[in-house]
Amino acid sequence: MVYLTRIEHFNAAHRLFNPDWTTEKNEEVFGKCANTNWHGHNFELYVTVKGLPDPETGFIFDAKKLSLVIKERVVEKLDHRNLNLDVDFMHGKLCSIENLVMGIWQELLPGLPERVQLHCVKLVETPKIYIEYYGE
Amino acid sequence: MANKVAVYRKEHFNAAHRLANPTWSVEENERVFGKCALPNYHGHNYELIVKVIGEPDPETGYVIDMKLLSDLIQREIVARFDHRNLNLDTVEFRSLNPTAENIAVVIFNLLRPHLENKLDLQVRLYETPRNFVEYPA
Repeated sequence: MVYLTRIEHFNAAHRLFNPDWTTEKNEEVFGKCANTNWHGHNFELYVTVKGLPDPETGFIFDAKKLSLVIKERVVEKLDHRNLNLDVDFMHGKLCSIENLVMGIWQELLPGLPERVQLHCVKLVETPKIYIEYYGE
Repeated sequence: MANKVAVYRKEHFNAAHRLANPTWSVEENERVFGKCALPNYHGHNYELIVKVIGEPDPETGYVIDMKLLSDLIQREIVARFDHRNLNLDTVEFRSLNPTAENIAVVIFNLLRPHLENKLDLQVRLYETPRNFVEYPA
């Protein structure tokens, strides 16, 4: 198997907040991430697919096409948006990057051709924090 | 002044904002600011580089104590803007569009009074890894 990673980015606002909890409880658990009026990040999204090189092109998957799949299915929905309010696949979910990365996986999956397997979605929230999801 | 040295301190804060001119229509704001004008805000990891220029003190060898500079930036800038909505949560941008340009000027003006007059100050602010501004130019 050969692995191909494409990096895209988006800038978005969010807040960590459990609507079943009081304001105090949210502040206790999520700290300043619970700030009522949101905060935001420059997110870096790494999408890794795996497969065997196509005998005719030598590609696992055309990196430009992978970029378009990521942009059309995910970045369009997330970039310059409020992740809590504006994103259909995050409705009703806690807006952590763990849940976001699992949602991104589900959005990407139907956009990939059969011969390509989605291997990993990695989301970098800050230079010190990132999440990886392998679909397990 | 051949003996002047520049020292730099990097700090960061994460904040939400949107760009809009309140005297314009929704359409005009969208035309000029594009998706940056979207009503529910978006956000950035802002990287701040504060440059202080002066002659090293003959007794300490410092232009400025970096720890004191860091504490100053934390107190005046990071505590004010980190994990906030710049449009809604700060007095500085209540009637000032929070562009990177304006944020850099505001940061300069917040820091300047706390530095000795003999020291020069310049602020560089990265809004994204690709967009950054400096003040004074």
